[in-house]
Amino acid sequence: MEFRADKAIYEQIAEYMCEKILKDEWLPETRVPSVRELGVTLTVNPNTVMRAYEHLERNGIIYGKRGIGFLVSGQSKEKASGLMREDFLKTVPAFISRMKLLGLDFKDLERHI
Amino acid sequence: MIQINNLSFQYGKKQAVFEQLDMEMKAGYIYGLLGENGVGKTTLLRLLAGLRFPTRGSIRVAGFEPAARKKEFLSQVCYLPDVVHAVPLSLNAYAAQMAPFYPDFDHEQFARYISEFNINPDKKLSQSSHGQQKKAMMCFALACNTKLILLDEPTNGMDIPSKGIFRRLIAQAATDEKCFVISTHQVRDLENLIDPIIILEHNQVLLNNTVEEITGKLWFGRVPEKSDHDLYREECVGGYAIVGYNDKGESSRLDVEMLFNAAIRNKGLFKRMFIDEIQKTHSSFADEIKRKLPDIPEKL
Repeated sequence: MEFRADKAIYEQIAEYMCEKILKDEWLPETRVPSVRELGVTLTVNPNTVMRAYEHLERNGIIYGKRGIGFLVSGQSKEKASGLMREDFLKTVPAFISRMKLLGLDFKDLERHI
Repeated sequence: MIQINNLSFQYGKKQAVFEQLDMEMKAGYIYGLLGENGVGKTTLLRLLAGLRFPTRGSIRVAGFEPAARKKEFLSQVCYLPDVVHAVPLSLNAYAAQMAPFYPDFDHEQFARYISEFNINPDKKLSQSSHGQQKKAMMCFALACNTKLILLDEPTNGMDIPSKGIFRRLIAQAATDEKCFVISTHQVRDLENLIDPIIILEHNQVLLNNTVEEITGKLWFGRVPEKSDHDLYREECVGGYAIVGYNDKGESSRLDVEMLFNAAIRNKGLFKRMFIDEIQKTHSSFADEIKRKLPDIPEKL
């Protein structure tokens, strides 16, 4: 998988997983791929994938179950969108300063919606 | 898995390659071994494989001394050099001869790797191209399932699709019991796979840390203005790409090339920050970076 330069890889993996949950591709109480499986799919170091899982577990989006692996938690959707919104809003200042540099205002944006 | 204590090594009476080197490597990790030409990356791999003997000091690999070349050790280590010795045998014939020395050799895996790389296992290795030889030997090396896998510039000579396959095979093969040590200059090829990262520098180690540890101390990213605190910077659209001290504790994506350039320009600082593990507060490192200012190069 191609990763962007502006964000830690484990965070991008977490984002990828949150997207799967928000798009209902991964449903609550179902098993998520093992660390190893996802590492192979994305061709990243398994320890990096583990870090992403720990990050999502801390945020209550997935949970570990002994002998099974990781499962999508019940309130995963609200929590995943919360986490992603927080991240998205962090990109706003850079976006606004780019707009200022190019002399654009919000009216110019409307035409592109 | 690997314990190196006070290791010194020199070829004949020449200058020492390593002097009082200490290093540890653990199972369950894929170590990326980086360093400028001639700092001894290949020599270190050969010492770990028992192909060279320490001048002084000790190396232990899985409880064995590599130089003793015990069969219990040799059956658990696989070293793949950059330029493979191409025997006048097909890969299948080679594997039939060599596999019995490796008790964990897996024929099923071997067949799968051959089909993934799409190589002809009946063609003589000596009549294959450098890239084909590399892929063929990679299939054999990974199928050996040894505890220690030493790969010297594995992607050298591989075409673009093969590099992708190689990455996938490594991600598959990496288990908690195995330790990979991969030396490379092609850092982009392996960027998302290697962790921890080791940077070797003329007879010493500048860094041997996980990506998490490195990005805990250093920040990689783009800033609109350059600053006196930058450890390394390059001009880019919209400002500068920099490596700086992570004093705000922000996460960032490690860029191996930038890290390497920062390390070789701030050797003393890196060694103190990452190897000597002196318990310093954040502010004292920031002070040190400020004091170091005159040495910070302007690479534009």
